[in-house]
Amino acid sequence: MKEKLTKILEDAMGQIEKTEQLDRLNDIKVAFLGKKGELTSVLKSMKEVAPEDRPKVGQLVNEARTQIEAKLEEKKALFEKALLEEKIKSETIDVTLPGKMQMKGHRHPNTITLQEVEDIFVGMGYEVVEGPEVEYDYYNFEALNIPANHPAKDEQDTFYITKDILLRSQTSSVQVHEMEKGKLPIRMIAPGRVFRSDEVDATHSPTFHQIEGLVIDKDITFADLKGTLQEFAKRLFGEETKVKFRPHHFQFTEPSAEMDVTCFKCGGKGCRFCKGSGWVEILGCGMVHPHVLEMSGIDPEEYTGFAFGVGLERIALFKYEIDDMRLLYENDTRFLKQF
Amino acid sequence: MDTSLSWIKAYVPDLDCTAQEYTDAMTLSGTKVEGFTELDKNLDKIVVGKINKIEKHPDADKLVICQVQISEDGQEVQIVTGAANVKEGDKVPVVLDGGHVASSHKDGESENGFKIKKGKLRGVESFGMMCSIEELGSTTDMYPDAAKDGIYILSDNPAYKDAPIGSDAVELLGLHDVTFEYEITSNRVDCFGVLGIAREVAATFGKKFVPPVVTETGNDEKVEDYISVEVKNPELCPRYTARVVKNIKLAPSPEWMQRRLASVGIRPINNIVDITNYVMEEYSQPMHAYDLDHIEDHKIIVRKAEAGEPFKTLDGQERKLDDTMLMICDGKKPIGLAGIMGGENSMITDDVQTMLFEAATFDGTNIRLSGKKLGMRTDAQAKFEKGLDPNTAVEAMNRACQLVEELGAGEVVGGMIDYYPVKKEPIRIAYDPAKINALLGTDISEEDMIRYFETIDLEVDKANREVIVPTWRQDLERMADLAEEVARFYGYDNIPMTLPSGAATSGGLSEKLQHEAMVREVVESYGFCEGMTFSFESPKVYDKLNLPEDDVLRRSIQITNPLGEDYSVMRTSALGGMLTSLATNYNRRNQEVRLYELANVYLPKQLPLTELPDERMQLTLGMYGKVDFFDMKGVVQAVLERMGLNKTAKYDPNAGKSFLHPGRQAVVSYEGKTVAYLGEVHPAVQKNFGIGTRTYLAVIDMQTVSELANFDVKYEGVAKFPSMTRDISLTMKKEVLAGEVEEIIRVRGGKLLESCELFDIYEGSQLTSGYKSLAYKIVFRAPDRTLTDEEVGKCMDKIMNGLADKGVELRQ
Repeated sequence: MKEKLTKILEDAMGQIEKTEQLDRLNDIKVAFLGKKGELTSVLKSMKEVAPEDRPKVGQLVNEARTQIEAKLEEKKALFEKALLEEKIKSETIDVTLPGKMQMKGHRHPNTITLQEVEDIFVGMGYEVVEGPEVEYDYYNFEALNIPANHPAKDEQDTFYITKDILLRSQTSSVQVHEMEKGKLPIRMIAPGRVFRSDEVDATHSPTFHQIEGLVIDKDITFADLKGTLQEFAKRLFGEETKVKFRPHHFQFTEPSAEMDVTCFKCGGKGCRFCKGSGWVEILGCGMVHPHVLEMSGIDPEEYTGFAFGVGLERIALFKYEIDDMRLLYENDTRFLKQF
Repeated sequence: MDTSLSWIKAYVPDLDCTAQEYTDAMTLSGTKVEGFTELDKNLDKIVVGKINKIEKHPDADKLVICQVQISEDGQEVQIVTGAANVKEGDKVPVVLDGGHVASSHKDGESENGFKIKKGKLRGVESFGMMCSIEELGSTTDMYPDAAKDGIYILSDNPAYKDAPIGSDAVELLGLHDVTFEYEITSNRVDCFGVLGIAREVAATFGKKFVPPVVTETGNDEKVEDYISVEVKNPELCPRYTARVVKNIKLAPSPEWMQRRLASVGIRPINNIVDITNYVMEEYSQPMHAYDLDHIEDHKIIVRKAEAGEPFKTLDGQERKLDDTMLMICDGKKPIGLAGIMGGENSMITDDVQTMLFEAATFDGTNIRLSGKKLGMRTDAQAKFEKGLDPNTAVEAMNRACQLVEELGAGEVVGGMIDYYPVKKEPIRIAYDPAKINALLGTDISEEDMIRYFETIDLEVDKANREVIVPTWRQDLERMADLAEEVARFYGYDNIPMTLPSGAATSGGLSEKLQHEAMVREVVESYGFCEGMTFSFESPKVYDKLNLPEDDVLRRSIQITNPLGEDYSVMRTSALGGMLTSLATNYNRRNQEVRLYELANVYLPKQLPLTELPDERMQLTLGMYGKVDFFDMKGVVQAVLERMGLNKTAKYDPNAGKSFLHPGRQAVVSYEGKTVAYLGEVHPAVQKNFGIGTRTYLAVIDMQTVSELANFDVKYEGVAKFPSMTRDISLTMKKEVLAGEVEEIIRVRGGKLLESCELFDIYEGSQLTSGYKSLAYKIVFRAPDRTLTDEEVGKCMDKIMNGLADKGVELRQ
């Protein structure tokens, strides 16, 4: 009996070893372990075995079954591995073929730039507010210390609708609306369209955008203005950016300044872009004129503040090295898709 | 405003700096230098030469061979020239071999000039070049004695006749100089004169300011015997001074004066004209000279013109006056347009004997408006417009008369007429060093502040802590203005940089701006690029859009002073800009274009405007390419969904938009409010804009959408019980809209209806002509139980009954 079992085992192991097809394994399993299989028949002939040997033989049969089953599994795993490898091999693709992309829209360079500016100031606790584009003369001029017939009014080439209603020539008008609300302190920026009677060319447009800034609180100083705008410039143009403040004149600020930043193209060494100076003029600013505060009902003895105005297109053109302002309003998708 | 360095140095003699240093320092102290030109930049090795001998060129008719002496000890060079105006004995500027000139006879001006090398002209050696004024970088306008189209014959000018041979001709002609161009801000009226700038220069560089010493000249006669002055409109003429000069000898002004005028771009004419211009530049006080013999009745009357009064200005132009314009008149007639230009009838001519000098102060606004109305812009007018200091007039007048005597241009009559009823007095401004430091964020000592004030000629009353502001600094009105003066001379650079203290504020975007940001994300994810177009429109766009005559969109706001008709009204719709942008892309062969714009339209509440219009933010979408109506509808749906408009919006085909295809347009309403419209562009409109392919538009009213927006989200649970689905195919007349069918399914389906989805549309031969078939997958579900066939059957019956009323039947 033992010999017979050994033979069956050897026979099974040999057949399994030799098999070269996955589906043959099942045949072998049936032939040896199935209901009519050889090992099963040994069990069936157990009655011929002496009763005292039966446990022993039973154990041998079980061991043989376990061995065969293990061998079958082992072989099956080998086959499956080979098959998988073959499948994987046949499925190689050319990964350099183009990816499938959704048609994606692009934001206008003005908007991208504006959102960067907004992020910087919102992070410093500024509110982003808006004001009307068609505006009363009062808010655009008079309340900003530019009375009727003041020559500064002529400098801005304003579009008029009626004697008292105009297209705002500066977002500074929003300052007045904010101050009139009577809620202090104020920290705001006001982006928006402004209008000036300039013919369209590479550097002019009758419609463009400004971002106005206004801070009013107790103890606000010119040093705060400088520090804030330096922070803004570094965040927008890079940590290595330097700023320079030059005296200037605006009717609604005193003292007033213009701020230059080191040219972002040459880093301040001087190039064709910055006309060799190494600096680029970027904004006008100053301490809010006490008369402007008074007109909007704020006591200049108690409160001080600073204001600034940035040309959005100016920054966007510099930042993206766009050489013609007209591109911004032409809306050629070959241009827009570059941003 | 321009000045030359040499003119500034006349008043700041110790100044010693390069042009670049000057530019940087002046800009930082508040007198912005926009740029400078070194007049001798391209001039090198140019000497005074004397032509000793001229011979004909053997091989060229138009050339001559000159032997030119270039040193006092007789050194000669041979120069071949084609110039016809030279003769033996002439002194001329000569550029030697290896030298530079600014421009060439052949090639005109050049950034880097031209190098002159010895060479042969038609076989004859030439060792340099004799120069014209253009080759020296200037013009005959600025050097009236220089020959036009020829060599500058220096010896024809008495001032240069004796110049040593071999000496620096550039120096002789005053070209070792720099001109600076300034951007003077409108508040600094004093800096529109050379003296004002020189004062700033002296303060900036810490040098002494030496203004001209002006003395009152004049003979023993009395000006009152020659002229009287009457001012009828003192509000427009706060001061009028006049003096008389007789025995006038017109001649060219001296070289130094010509050079200074030329350096600021003023053409030298003759001594009298040059003196008036010179004093105007020096003091920023315009002056005018009248021929006294043409002033009738020996009388000056300053009055407003009569409406329609004609007047011929000295440029020969006939001007039509109105009754707001201020005139200078004699006893009978107008002789000058105050502050702008004199009259032809009283202008100085070559045979002038006696003249009247006028230095007056006029109201800046009146001058500006008159000039504007007449379309005139003179140098004098530009200065008056700023609002001049009346206290400068007398000094300027006396300066001019002093120059008349110095130059031997005439005999000044004693005395001056000075009409000046209300004297402008200096004002006092208190200064408080603590407050100034508090405003600037600095710690500047009082002594330093006082020093800064005094350096720009502000008198300081230390006992009362007051600055006495001279009348020429009319920009200084209160302490903040003094703070700026302190900051300028302390140095803006030296003020520290800090961040504001005080309570923290929470910044952020308004709800409106947040909604706009959300919408951007949606449309960009659908492939739309953001465009920007002008807020102005041409009124012609209405016709291009096929708008009916009475369309509300035609009610647009007119700009009174537009940049031409194309930009003359404020847009009531962004469609014109959108279609123009699409056309631009189409013409440039861009495929698959999708654009959006988020911008205001301007809707007047009434016309003409009496209050501000309604500015409505609209999202305008436009596209062409491999797309159809439903691509655009999908974007509109996505936008509404993003804004939380999750209930069913109604798409009504009766949108009534004349610019859209009548069968392919819809107006979108949500909860009864119109939120958007969309459609395919009408073929005629498409053609009007020059777009050769089907184009789709949508306009979403952001304000209405924002009002309806709802971002409240509550978890509704995930369905636990299975759904039951019914697929049905329906036939109906073609005119029945899918939206109507769906509306019936939704209403009749009741609470158990979960969804209904269109999955097939059929129109064709298998149906009766004029009919179509729509197939729907209808899903029912209850939240608390599994539905039975019977329940669903009842719902379906209700739906089918409802549909039957519309003539919709199950497809057999």
